[in-house]
Amino acid sequence: MITELGHFALILALFVAIVQSTVPLIGAARRHLGWMAVARSCALIEFGLIALAMLSLIHAYVTSDFTVINVIQNSHTDKPLLYKITGVWGNHEGSMLLWVFMLSLCSAAVATFSDNLPPALRARVLSVQGMIGVGFLLFILFTSNPFLRTFPAAPNGQGMNPVLQDPGLAFHPPFLYLGYVGFSVAFSFAVAALIEGRVDAAWARWVRPWTLASWCFLTIGIAMGSWWSYYTLGWGGWWFWDPVENASFMPWLVGTALIHSSIVVEKRDTLKTWTILLCIITFSLSLVGTFLVRSGVLTSVHAFATDPSRGMFILLLLVVAIGGSLTLYAVRAPALKGGGLFAPISREGSLVLNNLLLSCGCATVFLGTLYPLFLDAMGGPKLSVGFPFFNRSFVPMMIPMLLAVGVGPLLAWKRGDLLGALQRLWAAYIATGLVVLAAFYVTHGGPVMAVFGLGLSAWLFTAVLTELAERVRLFRIPAADSLRRAVHLPRSAYGMTLAHLGLAISVAGFSASAFDREAIEIVKPGGSISLAGYQVTLEHVDRLPGPNYIADDATIRVTRDGNLIRYMHPERRYFPVQKQTTSETSIRTNLLADLYVALGESDTKGDWTVRVYWKPLVPWIWIGAVVMAFGGMVSLSDRRWRVGVASRARRVEPRVLPVAGE
Amino acid sequence: MKRIFFILPLVLFFVLVGYFVISLQPGHDTHVLPSAMLEKPAPAFDLPGLDNSGPLTMAGLKGHVVVINFFASWCVPCRIEHPLLLRLAQENHLPLYGIAYKDTPANIKRLLDTFGDPYRRIGMDQEGHAGLNFGVYGVPETYVIDANGIIRKRFVGPLTPETVDKELMPLLKQLEPST
Amino acid sequence: MKALLLSLALALSAMTAAHAVEPGERLANPVLEARARVISSELRCLVCQNESIDESGADLAHDIRMLVRERLVAGDTNAQTIQAVVNRYGQFVLLKPPVEPATYLLWFGPPGLVALGLVGTAFWLRRRYVSPVAVAPLNAEERRRLERLLQDNEG
Repeated sequence: MITELGHFALILALFVAIVQSTVPLIGAARRHLGWMAVARSCALIEFGLIALAMLSLIHAYVTSDFTVINVIQNSHTDKPLLYKITGVWGNHEGSMLLWVFMLSLCSAAVATFSDNLPPALRARVLSVQGMIGVGFLLFILFTSNPFLRTFPAAPNGQGMNPVLQDPGLAFHPPFLYLGYVGFSVAFSFAVAALIEGRVDAAWARWVRPWTLASWCFLTIGIAMGSWWSYYTLGWGGWWFWDPVENASFMPWLVGTALIHSSIVVEKRDTLKTWTILLCIITFSLSLVGTFLVRSGVLTSVHAFATDPSRGMFILLLLVVAIGGSLTLYAVRAPALKGGGLFAPISREGSLVLNNLLLSCGCATVFLGTLYPLFLDAMGGPKLSVGFPFFNRSFVPMMIPMLLAVGVGPLLAWKRGDLLGALQRLWAAYIATGLVVLAAFYVTHGGPVMAVFGLGLSAWLFTAVLTELAERVRLFRIPAADSLRRAVHLPRSAYGMTLAHLGLAISVAGFSASAFDREAIEIVKPGGSISLAGYQVTLEHVDRLPGPNYIADDATIRVTRDGNLIRYMHPERRYFPVQKQTTSETSIRTNLLADLYVALGESDTKGDWTVRVYWKPLVPWIWIGAVVMAFGGMVSLSDRRWRVGVASRARRVEPRVLPVAGE
Repeated sequence: MKRIFFILPLVLFFVLVGYFVISLQPGHDTHVLPSAMLEKPAPAFDLPGLDNSGPLTMAGLKGHVVVINFFASWCVPCRIEHPLLLRLAQENHLPLYGIAYKDTPANIKRLLDTFGDPYRRIGMDQEGHAGLNFGVYGVPETYVIDANGIIRKRFVGPLTPETVDKELMPLLKQLEPST
Repeated sequence: MKALLLSLALALSAMTAAHAVEPGERLANPVLEARARVISSELRCLVCQNESIDESGADLAHDIRMLVRERLVAGDTNAQTIQAVVNRYGQFVLLKPPVEPATYLLWFGPPGLVALGLVGTAFWLRRRYVSPVAVAPLNAEERRRLERLLQDNEG
């Protein structure tokens, strides 16, 4: 009954979305305020309906309703409650429902927080959001309906892939989708602007918070995915250049470019057509990513069960959405007039360089990901494009960009003084030199590229702090004045500083992985392995029952110079329903390095394979990502405050008066 | 002139769509790999036979067109093609030789006792070395080797009546017109 | 459907073992072992599709790791060892595609794009930016106003 309610709500949502995508658009063209106002209510109703559909599917999972095919295929009564709920989006149909749920959430957010938007722009933006919704609701209802039933009910479900039964992976898709789908707002703003034929500073200011928020979510989503593979795969790899990873990384790269180019539009009223194109491409890459993951045209470890008819349907959606918006772009963009002029050496110039390198980086990832498919389609040889390609092609492009991140913010708008900026970075030269020397000394001249990467990180970190010090004129004016300046700095300035510091921290984490050490040994209970100064002793392995698995739980004592550091418990878990074994690693971090222990197989004599890894600075990868996302949030809080001021003041005033009268 | 830059993204996108359409064509399976061993001499092997049937060697098979089927008792898709192999061996006198990939004689015997034995002879590749040399990456795989010992065709995954009629039998006829 | 079934079966058989390089596989000679690890990390595991054989726990990955070590012990160079694997499984096993006419676009496309982008951007910026004509210096009143404006901006 509740399932039918959800199914019906989803169908109703489709019709609401159809209204939302047409009526306001016509209203905006005819300047009919009433028709334009339909957009808001439609967006809110659509959100309510899809939320209802989502909740009813969750209900079916929680109550283990085995008349619903989707529940049979992906759930089991023995599964812990958390994974019953997250299992909803652990499969193709459910994850598509989550996708449109996030889309309607974004539309509802635009509808709610758009008091300061001109009514026509708001109507058009919501109408484009509605069109995207129509496309994906049709896709769900016709090819991937999670509400289909079967009778008689199955005795029990087939369970969920044990690899997916993990807290990290449970919350990875919602963040990732919020990021992907959040870029739909920037896309809708771009399409609306092309229809209106106007892009100005105000437009950029409206788009920016949505782009920033999506970017933050995507950053967190990607970081969670990478962290998950780090602690699950049993040997600590955190990035594989896998097509599915690349599918999330490409929108991130272009989205990052977009955040920077939209600043130029806002402050200097130029780079407009480029920014519009980035808005379109960022969301298009999210859509292409969805297509790649679900159509089965690329081989990937993460791919969902695939089906060519679904692939064709998504391809059709791509043609309509991307083809349509790019056609509009080709027709309308040439009419947009660029504004402010600037010298090549200037803040604008550095942001152009940033955009150029990020776009080329994205194009490289795109080429590497799809090259096997291109060759195959042309009847060429079967090839793999793996990490060596990306390390040789993508990474070198990011080096000049990271160098430029240190200098760019020190350049003035319009016309900058490169020499002056380079002179002010004296602290960065010293820090870089010291870090490189120290790294060479500690690692006895270890891998050159990794040492260089650490130097790059130090350069970036110090340069970003130098920029902040310059802003508050630290040591040039009395400390109290500097402090006052620091307090009055806009939050967006702190946001940028934090995001760039986060990048520096992550770069250090990426680079240091070349210094990893490992020891893989077969040990008897009581035996030990030494690595990087640690003494890792396997005390005993116990068989323990879990909720839906049986675990071999190892008790491992870690000591250093005879002092107990802690006990660690890596496990091997056997899931009888799926007849699969997973490995639960155990990680001990001191934030400077991780000690990573995984339990391998046991042989007939009762000896166990134990894998111990020592990974310096690896936690910094994710700490950096969190700092980056936090910087985005800080910047976001500044924008909202500024944008909201006018409208809030207007609304508050009438209410204040009666209060005073009482 | 300037307009070209604005049309370029659209053009590139449609080129991309073209590739996607080709990749989605039925029968265009990106997962199936061609064999690197095609048109090359089959690697030599000398495998102990099942029970006392004598060893199976590549040298011993030369001079005839043969079909070599890599299979195992633990392999689920092998069960799918098994009845078809039986029928081909009985009705079409298919010169079928089996290589039991990473399996034990006991298991293979149980399998053949239960489902029937389509093979003229079987070699036990317990360590999987022969499979490795052939470039086998999953069982079942089926190779057609001509009288000169050259690999002419490789089938990945279970044979189906369709692939047998359209590909296997015509190839055998072409290689050995007399039979 | 057939391909789906097959890949499912392959995936299942790939799941049985759990981890990458096993202690029993390793060579006593640390130099050879280090070379084996480097080679393994650049060879793709065919049944898992996107992992190197060094990372994969699949049986086939184990077999190829053993093959690599056999060849190294027999005195092959790294290139010969990789070629031995390519002879059996094709170029698909190479995570690093070879540089040949079919991959020129892959290898030279990205640097070419950056070069093109830099030249194009430089050209565009130069054409757009007309260096400002020398302007008369500000008088005292103007300078005061400018100061005030700048302060407002930074606050």
